[in-house]
Amino acid sequence: MDVKLPDQSGRKPSDDPSRRAVISATAGLVGVTFGLGHRPARAADDPGLAYSAQYLEALAKLTGDRAPTATRLKLDLPELAENGNMVPFTVSLVSPMTPEDNVRWLAILSTGNPQALIAKFAFSPASGRANVSGRLRLARTQDVMALAELSDGTLVSGLANVKVTVGGCGAG
Amino acid sequence: MAMSKPRIKFPDAIKVGDVIDVKTVITHMMETGNRRDADGLTIPRDIINSFVAKFDGVEVFRATFGSGISANPYLSFPLRVTGPGQLECTWTDDEGKSLTETATLTPA
Repeated sequence: MDVKLPDQSGRKPSDDPSRRAVISATAGLVGVTFGLGHRPARAADDPGLAYSAQYLEALAKLTGDRAPTATRLKLDLPELAENGNMVPFTVSLVSPMTPEDNVRWLAILSTGNPQALIAKFAFSPASGRANVSGRLRLARTQDVMALAELSDGTLVSGLANVKVTVGGCGAG
Repeated sequence: MAMSKPRIKFPDAIKVGDVIDVKTVITHMMETGNRRDADGLTIPRDIINSFVAKFDGVEVFRATFGSGISANPYLSFPLRVTGPGQLECTWTDDEGKSLTETATLTPA
């Protein structure tokens, strides 16, 4: 109860003093200790939570000296995840998936989990399309990165920020 | 942790040339290796780390999972329908155990 209200708005509590007053009053009424000083500040005021060394290492390993471009790839994630244990994702790429022009692999990386590489997928010409959906865990509010290598060796990427109310991974 | 209840789903009405989304799910707790038990000891990682889909014996899709994949992993992947045949999905966990489920594609 105490963590849900401010986080769901996706705004800074300070943006709206009247709202804050209402929330505080409500919290007071039901006799809940209200952690305004802690969680909302974390979720709303600090979108640039540092990228983990783990992530930078995993990214460097996958990219080498190539710089990914932000084209053709679409990463769909909820802006706000109440439960970090189960966050639905969809990644799709525009690709004809022919033997000449296809997607070699696609990886999903977390910038703030204890382990950076969430999953890696390998398609084939029998795939027909390059898209994949599943559910992932996020330990805290963070950016999620999708990275793919095309058959000509170029890299494409997509980035999405997810605000997490209750972290997954057992560590958050 | 044992795996159980693998399931494969795809549209009922399919025809040759279609690209379909194959939806799969399996029961597995996907222990991350980050949690501690009541005594403060780390619970060892035990996840499904690999998923392979084959159509009539030929690999068509493969996934490698890390601990960032949710419990009871759900996965949807694309497949071009080339004709009738057997779709075979295999999940393998950290203990080396694997489970295979097959489904028959019968395009109109």
